[in-house]
Amino acid sequence: MGGIGRRGVLLGGAATTGALAAPVVRGQRAAGVKIGLVAVLTGPQAALGTHLRDGFLLGLKHLENRLGGLPAEVVVIDDELRPEVAVQKVRAALERDKVDFVVGVVFSNILAAVMRPVTEANTFLISTNAGPSTFAGRGCNPFFFTTSYNNDQVHSVMGQAAQDEGHRRVFLMTPNYQAGRDAIAGFKSRFRGEVVDEVYAPLDTRDFSAELARIAAAKPDALFTFMPGGLGVTLVRQYRQAGLANIPFLSTFTVDEATLPAQQDAALGFFSAAPWAPNMDNPQNKRFVADFEAAYNYVPASYAAQSYDAANLLDSAVRRVNGNLSDKNALREAIRAADFRSVRGTFRFGTNHYPVQDMWLCRVARRPDGRFQTETVRRVLEANADPYGAECRMRVA
Amino acid sequence: MERASAALREASPALLLLGLLAAAPFLGFGQGYTMTLLARAMILAMAAVSLSVLVGGAGLVSLGHAAPLGVGAYAVVALDAAGVTEGLVVLPGAAAAAALFALATGAVAIRTSGVHFIMITLAFGQMAFFTAGSLTAYGGDDGYTLYGRTELFGTRLLEDRLGFHWVCLGLLAAVLLLCRLLLASRFGRVLRASRENPLRVRAVGFEPYPFRLLAYALMGAVAGLAGALLANATEFVAPSYMAWQRSGDLLFMAILGGLGSLPGAVAGALAIVLLEEWLSELTEHWRLIFGPLLILSVLFLRGGLAGLPAQLGGLLRRG
Amino acid sequence: MSAQLLLVQSLNGLQFGVLLFLVAAGLTLVFGVMDFINLAHGVQYMLGAYLGATFAAWAGGFWWGLLLALPTTLAIGLALEWLVFRHLYDRDHLSQVLATFGVILVLNQGVRAIWGTAPLQMPLPEALSGGIALMPGLLYPVYRLAILAAGVLLAGLLWFLVEHTRTGALVRAGASNAPMVAALGVDIRRLFTVVFAFGAMLAGFAGVMAAPILSVEPGMGDSLLILAFVVIVIGGIGSVRGALMSALLVGLIETLGKSLMPDLMRLFLDPSAARQAGAALASMLVYIAMAAILAVRPQGLFPARAG
Repeated sequence: MGGIGRRGVLLGGAATTGALAAPVVRGQRAAGVKIGLVAVLTGPQAALGTHLRDGFLLGLKHLENRLGGLPAEVVVIDDELRPEVAVQKVRAALERDKVDFVVGVVFSNILAAVMRPVTEANTFLISTNAGPSTFAGRGCNPFFFTTSYNNDQVHSVMGQAAQDEGHRRVFLMTPNYQAGRDAIAGFKSRFRGEVVDEVYAPLDTRDFSAELARIAAAKPDALFTFMPGGLGVTLVRQYRQAGLANIPFLSTFTVDEATLPAQQDAALGFFSAAPWAPNMDNPQNKRFVADFEAAYNYVPASYAAQSYDAANLLDSAVRRVNGNLSDKNALREAIRAADFRSVRGTFRFGTNHYPVQDMWLCRVARRPDGRFQTETVRRVLEANADPYGAECRMRVA
Repeated sequence: MERASAALREASPALLLLGLLAAAPFLGFGQGYTMTLLARAMILAMAAVSLSVLVGGAGLVSLGHAAPLGVGAYAVVALDAAGVTEGLVVLPGAAAAAALFALATGAVAIRTSGVHFIMITLAFGQMAFFTAGSLTAYGGDDGYTLYGRTELFGTRLLEDRLGFHWVCLGLLAAVLLLCRLLLASRFGRVLRASRENPLRVRAVGFEPYPFRLLAYALMGAVAGLAGALLANATEFVAPSYMAWQRSGDLLFMAILGGLGSLPGAVAGALAIVLLEEWLSELTEHWRLIFGPLLILSVLFLRGGLAGLPAQLGGLLRRG
Repeated sequence: MSAQLLLVQSLNGLQFGVLLFLVAAGLTLVFGVMDFINLAHGVQYMLGAYLGATFAAWAGGFWWGLLLALPTTLAIGLALEWLVFRHLYDRDHLSQVLATFGVILVLNQGVRAIWGTAPLQMPLPEALSGGIALMPGLLYPVYRLAILAAGVLLAGLLWFLVEHTRTGALVRAGASNAPMVAALGVDIRRLFTVVFAFGAMLAGFAGVMAAPILSVEPGMGDSLLILAFVVIVIGGIGSVRGALMSALLVGLIETLGKSLMPDLMRLFLDPSAARQAGAALASMLVYIAMAAILAVRPQGLFPARAG
């Protein structure tokens, strides 16, 4: 997928699939659906954005590059993980490219930055990863949906799991930014034991030895951490090298298919929490994982799965309104219906447009073919709604 | 008469650029996005011009010029959070905050010179960056969304795309004029002389330090003004406004334009903003084209963009 | 905090400092001798890590990775010197900054185009994969001790090369007065080529050494580059001894700051605010130290004799 331009990835043509869909002429409105796909594609966290982008594009490919019967065009936007850059580029997509939907976004701070420009343009914003609490409660928005989770849900799963496993003294460590502080709050919301210490590591930490020494000195029953992307790669390998692996490693977004190719054996047996894992046993997931690996030659992570779901969600919604994208209220109802088959099995939205779903404890395993993936251990929370939904009074015009 | 025409010739590149920017809305660029892009370029041009005065005029190569820019932007945020949105307060407030920041850091930094000045300004820039990241009241690392632009005389002029364009253009013209006058004044002559030969300046009885510090603070104020406008253009402020890469970008705009040439800095800002946009539409790997262009421009455009006409002229005469 | 933990943290700080020295050594050599600001040093470090990881996976093991990556980074250094850098020697610092920034853009993007965006992994060398128990429950990886040793050896080697060989003498002479050395019939251009390529190889070496413990990812050189500049400026530009001393200092400040600051802030603030303020302050500490040192000693702590 090397040569994709930021603009005008025309999926209707014969180039990708050989399908018969007619090419879309730019600027010809209403003939198709145009999507701004926001993902971080440069810098240390680019692997996550690549998963997200490829997952969505595979979804479109399975739909023969049509959403609800209309030819689809994707504008890929690299947010560079810099909020003000994201705002600027998303504005361009709205004003110049006139996109009908903005989809994607890996990190919460990017989502918070693009939220206002997108929703004020009465355009639907579908997050396929970031799910901050800010927009789940009183800040919920009629033009915002997420196909992933509320961040707190995932972290609280680990709190619940630590509680269930009988860990009494837990050491908490996250990066020093808002999402890191939210992770700790989420974990604490279900964990009743003692928090030995909380450490906030700088976002650009290269060497965790100082933190690891503190963990060893504290002798906790378990470590809870949230270190996305490259941070996680470094931490997991150094944790194993420091001989700390006998302390259970409970994590969120730290060991997943985006980082496992670099962590490999070092992450074996480490825990994570997620609404989805590659080994989930349902036909649509099997097709998704198999085709994804065939197309891109790596194991998909949840970023890819949630984006794949988003493509199918949009397909179902556009079909439900018969391709009429101008009636926003009808379109909103159609999205809310979530009438598609998710790779998670079942899927539905709560009143705040966040998913109500089962949450799983997962563990890193090596597959027979030598690749690494997370696999479900047990269902920790069933049909779980995030704690903020009750505060949401959705203003629908 | 002769002096007047010489002055006109000297001012012509600036007038040409400003004229083009003024004409842009009528040349079919009136549609949304290009205007947004041009406004951004003009704002960054203001900051690049102020940096060009420091680098080309006073010999102060700052790798922390994004810091006063960011201070200006955060002044808008702080006033917004306090409920103050009147431009007559916000814009001077932002400029004053940035000037104070520049005055305080400059007082230490200007004692050093050369590479050490580059590094100490970088250090102050990084300190400002990390401080902004720890301001949890203003969103910390995640940044702060401005829910309305700054008002002007109680009107929402800045919300209007064309209005914003004129305001940016007017301020850019004012900044260019002010910096031009500053460099041509006795103050500017002392600055330039102390860049070239500080010993001689001391010998005729001037101490360069206060002159340099004042210039540093004034240009900090200009950057702060640009920061306030940038906050309004983006309607979002984050610590990355002050990242060292942004300081680098500003420096590149000033250098690409041709050192010491103020209209050159404007041209440099326009070139970089527009080229980035245009190339990134062509391919995901646009930096593979942008990087070599940058290198080639250094190798072959010795006088920067400002020297381009002369260089082309030379080629024509020879050929 | 116990004395034992403090000791371990100091060791961590020294070890991070040595890693910084590995990166800074090549930078200070090129900067000091050729008066050349090479911003691309960080991406050369990244290239070393990527090449090391690739060769290790391809040829089987860390040592092969190291062995093959070194000549390759040397060759890339020579190619870059020939293509870009040699045209910049007689230009001002600003042109060098601008052009080498262009090189950063190209190499960062090139790495992404070739290797993709996913982080790579580099195995630990088999013989050095164990650990030594420094305190109960914490192993100190032998490999990290090897990095310490490599740093000390490199410092010694550089000292010997610069102070006690003919090339070293020329290098020192070239640093203080290049035209004079050229007038004496020495091919100063070739000397510069050698120094530059050697600097590139040092960056690559640092990259390979860091690869097994850090994450090999796009842009990994950018943040380290800034720290490396801090190191050579604090140490005194061009001074190998200064680079070593200040790298250790910066490593200690960064590591001890991270572990002590939050506890220190707890004296003034409530615990959660103290943790966050402490973490922010710890990030700033290195820069505060640099500003303070430059304000008092603008030439750095150990200025090179050549100036």
